[in-house]
Amino acid sequence: MLSPLHKHLLDDYQHDFPLTLRPYLTIAKALGVTENDVLTAFNSLIDDDFISRIGPIIPPNQLGKSTLVAMAIPPGRLEGIAEIISSFREVNHNYEREHRFNLWFVLIASSKQHLQNVIQSIERRTGFKTLQLPLLDEFFIDLGFPLKLDHD
Amino acid sequence: MIDDRDQKLLEAVQKGLPLCSRPYATLGQSIAMPEAEVISRLTRLKQQGLIKRLGVIVKHKRLGYRANAMVVWNIPDTDVKNLGQQISRFDFVTLCYQRPRHLPEWPYNLFCMIHGKDRNIVLEQLRFMTETCGLTHYERDILFSRRCFKQCGALYKTPASQVLAYG
Repeated sequence: MLSPLHKHLLDDYQHDFPLTLRPYLTIAKALGVTENDVLTAFNSLIDDDFISRIGPIIPPNQLGKSTLVAMAIPPGRLEGIAEIISSFREVNHNYEREHRFNLWFVLIASSKQHLQNVIQSIERRTGFKTLQLPLLDEFFIDLGFPLKLDHD
Repeated sequence: MIDDRDQKLLEAVQKGLPLCSRPYATLGQSIAMPEAEVISRLTRLKQQGLIKRLGVIVKHKRLGYRANAMVVWNIPDTDVKNLGQQISRFDFVTLCYQRPRHLPEWPYNLFCMIHGKDRNIVLEQLRFMTETCGLTHYERDILFSRRCFKQCGALYKTPASQVLAYG
């Protein structure tokens, strides 16, 4: 179960994690607990898979070239094709979605050329065409959102 | 712009901030960068918007947000910016992007992601947004996620890796 401390850590520190010498102590002071309490709570949130890590969100195409890719795969072959796609280290977030275009993933490469090489390689190995949907404009990119957890 | 030391730092911090009393010092040790420089560079990268946010990266599924729909619209190019900005203001919208159409098979140019505790809640949020923003007469599709084959928000490391979910 999530304690009130856990809930605060999940909800209050998605955007502005303290950039201080002892950030966990900064958090502890704000929440009226000890630094050790905060470290222990974060450890258990990671162990229990509530959070993946504490880290940065970096906008697309800042450190390389990325694109969203969609493919229309016959349902019976989806699993096998998805496995091939997932084996590329440039692939992240490989999802099945409810649509004729049923396989969606993000490709991240070091350059435009690298990205095109990977796409060609994917099309060759799977025998299916890709739909490339790179970002043209972003209106919002911020994966944090209020969880509306009940604070007891 | 980012320099080589920024790049090195971003790659290191993407693996996750260590859970110890002086995490920026520990992080710096792995890339031979002093603690003060780590903090000042991260502060600047954040001010410049090269880091959009720094903090806890939660796993929505584990917290009960099991439904996620990618909703796509075919919006006239002249209106897409205005409507994109309106859509992105709803707190259940986690991403909102303009992407290219591929006619005839893909007519949609505006993409947003809606997270909710279940499918009905997502649909209800979508209905509310559609009415509020006057989107009813635009061609639209809803793509709920089914299976995740790889990396549901987990860490990955390519030379140019980014901690970003939806490219």
